[in-house]
Amino acid sequence: MVSNDILQFFFSLLYQESGLLLDESKRYLIETRLEPVAAQEGFASIDALGKKLMERNDALLRQTVVDAMTTNETSFFRDKSHFEILRDEIIPRLIQSNEKTKKIRIWCAACSTGQEPYSIGIHLKEIGVKLKDWDIQILATDISEPVLSQARLGVYSQHEVQRGLSAPQLLRYFSKEGLAWKISSEIRNMVQFRKLNLLADLSSVGTSDIIFCRNILIYFDLKTKKNVINKLFDLLNLGGSLFLGGSEAFMGIKTSLVRVEAKKACYYKKENISQNGGTDSRSGMKRRGVCQT
Amino acid sequence: MKVLIVDDNSAIRDVLKKMLDEMGIRTIETCHGKEAISKLENNTDIKLVILDWNMPEMNGIELLDWLCSQNKLSYSPKIMVVTTENEVNKIEMAMEKGADEYIMMPFTKEILEGKLSILGIEKESHV
Ligand SMILES: C[S@@+](CC[C@H](N)C(=O)[O-])C[C@H]1O[C@@H](n2cnc3c(N)ncnc32)[C@H](O)[C@@H]1O
Repeated sequence: MVSNDILQFFFSLLYQESGLLLDESKRYLIETRLEPVAAQEGFASIDALGKKLMERNDALLRQTVVDAMTTNETSFFRDKSHFEILRDEIIPRLIQSNEKTKKIRIWCAACSTGQEPYSIGIHLKEIGVKLKDWDIQILATDISEPVLSQARLGVYSQHEVQRGLSAPQLLRYFSKEGLAWKISSEIRNMVQFRKLNLLADLSSVGTSDIIFCRNILIYFDLKTKKNVINKLFDLLNLGGSLFLGGSEAFMGIKTSLVRVEAKKACYYKKENISQNGGTDSRSGMKRRGVCQT
Repeated sequence: MKVLIVDDNSAIRDVLKKMLDEMGIRTIETCHGKEAISKLENNTDIKLVILDWNMPEMNGIELLDWLCSQNKLSYSPKIMVVTTENEVNKIEMAMEKGADEYIMMPFTKEILEGKLSILGIEKESHV
């Protein structure tokens, strides 16, 4: 069993490096996930691994610990309604508002193994015709290098592709490699992957029309959430949209983003303050006003 | 609304039935293709046929051919074939022949739900 001192040390390391907030109730998580790391790195125990990191600030080893502790669970077309909202509300709106530049910028802020940005790519291809000569870029970032490598390769097991993709999508946008499936270059080329920690300076990202930041805020405490949401707000173009995970909300956080409910789900929109509240007369969407609770 | 399960392996039929039961979807079952045809002719409220490849009597491909040939039925249920990991090449063949979806074993209830949602099959609400 891991000693308490070392446990506390790992809690604070993870919090500092990635914002991941753990407590005593997650002891088993540290034990099950760091056991293999300790063995692989040649330490007799998790305690020994911890002691080494306490003594010497080994950036690579710290990163290995962070990678082992992040939860990378994801799937193609996760939260289907978000993709319907994209198709029926957000893209049509962007086609109008960005008509002059014909540019759309999308950012997946915690992309894991790539299913999320590739789903967006596939979806945009399927929306098709109207976006034909548009310049669309999807930036996909994550803190963890191992998941990014898989994402860049774009190769998925039969089990991964059967979660969320339809058979026609599989056959159209993937090719078979042995028992696995590789994303087509047509979709692969729409996405640019980059390593990025959401706690760090994000100014290199540039602004986006759509941000997906799903199933990551749940791991953060209030302070970290606030900090990240403020940064996302700044990086969203006026009129832009933010998606959070199905079970995430801005609870307890003041933001000027407007919550829009649609398709039994919701997203957040950045608007001129003077436009807040009431109903959007163009789309007749339901809206709750500025979130301030 | 019903789902017809066509599989000669009773364990697979049981798993499918149990998962669909839990989703509130009614099922009928049969273990070979010939019987499937009479069930299809007698139950016009079948919305989906879940079909195994390898069956005695009439096999899955033959049944798929029958289902997809014109005017055999007065209605058109969706068709989902059950495959194994080593049969992935059959997905393409099944789709070419007219199947709508595939599901690979082993699968979880979440995956089955995802497939039904892709096919637009939902539990009927009581009126
Ligand atoms: C549960 S996955 C969510 C994947 C995808 N967005 C989805 O909803 O399916 C969370 C991802 O967040 C990444 N992550 C954790 N902390 C991070 C941080 N501080 N900065 C950027 N990414 C982080 C993890 O590496 C992991 O891949």
